Amino acid sequence: MDQNNYKMKVSELVEKLGLKVHSGESNLDKEVWGGYVSDLLSDVMGNAGEGMVWITLQTHKNIMAIASLKELAAVILVRDLLPDDDTAASSEAEGIPVLGTSLRTFDIAGKLYEILKNNNLPQGS
Amino acid sequence: MKFEYDIEGGNFSRAGFASSEVKKKLRQLNVDIQIVRRIVVALYEAEVNVVAHAWYGKMTVDIDEEKILLILDDEGPGIEDIDLAMKEGFSTASPEVREMGFGAGMGLPNIKKNVDTLKITSEPGKGTRVEMITYMKGGKNEKS
Ligand SMILES: Nc1ncnc2c1ncn2[C@@H]1O[C@H](COP(=O)(O)OP(=O)(O)OP(=O)(O)O)[C@@H](O)[C@H]1O
Ligand SMILES: [Mg+2]
Repeated sequence: MDQNNYKMKVSELVEKLGLKVHSGESNLDKEVWGGYVSDLLSDVMGNAGEGMVWITLQTHKNIMAIASLKELAAVILVRDLLPDDDTAASSEAEGIPVLGTSLRTFDIAGKLYEILKNNNLPQGS
Repeated sequence: MKFEYDIEGGNFSRAGFASSEVKKKLRQLNVDIQIVRRIVVALYEAEVNVVAHAWYGKMTVDIDEEKILLILDDEGPGIEDIDLAMKEGFSTASPEVREMGFGAGMGLPNIKKNVDTLKITSEPGKGTRVEMITYMKGGKNEKS
């Protein structure tokens, strides 16, 4: 995925992937161009980029500190995990949505990759 | 211009607070966004290291036209072997801290990658001092 690609709004991802919106509902207009998958916080800190969606099973508040410092577009929690209360509060305060899926990490990452990639195919192909 | 923040060892619910305050300040001062993004990575890692590994610390940020100097000074167990601590994957983080997703041993390497100079000094049993400098012009930021 490449930052110059066409970007998709978080709201479109929510719709196309059937995601739940756990928090930050009023901030779904951010644009996404790629994603990062990791449960190690320093890995995300070092390697994710602004405008990415982060797929993880971590639910504690520190994920929002990272999402905000890295200017991520949204966080997706896998396997129906719920954000902690202070995570949800921080998501609202920072304006970064926490989304959710019942899928496992591999499957949601695959679907996300696919729709972002298809989004970038030239018209008519 | 100088700013100072306290960091509480063990308090993960506040981890990242000081870094995010500094980020806001740097944005207000119109520091180049790419520089800010790199500094924030280093600063956050250094802040979390105080939270995860030490007892109490102070973050000092000193900005002038030429450079940004960042210092994290803590009271804590210190680091016995700094070269070893710098190795990617080395971590002494507790099982609880690892469960949260910290403890990959990537923090110090992240710091090194994202600032122009890094100096760590430590006295085992007393504490650790992490000094980082990023130059406004001509640093790593322009080379990459
Ligand atoms: N301020 C500090 N006081 C005492 N020990 C420290 C401090 N900072 C780092 N260390 C030591 O250096 C090791 C490596 O630090 P580093 O930040 O690279 O990894 P980590 O903190 O263990 O994990 P991660 O940063 O990936 O979450 C730590 O596990 C710890 O033993
Ligand atoms: Mg660390």
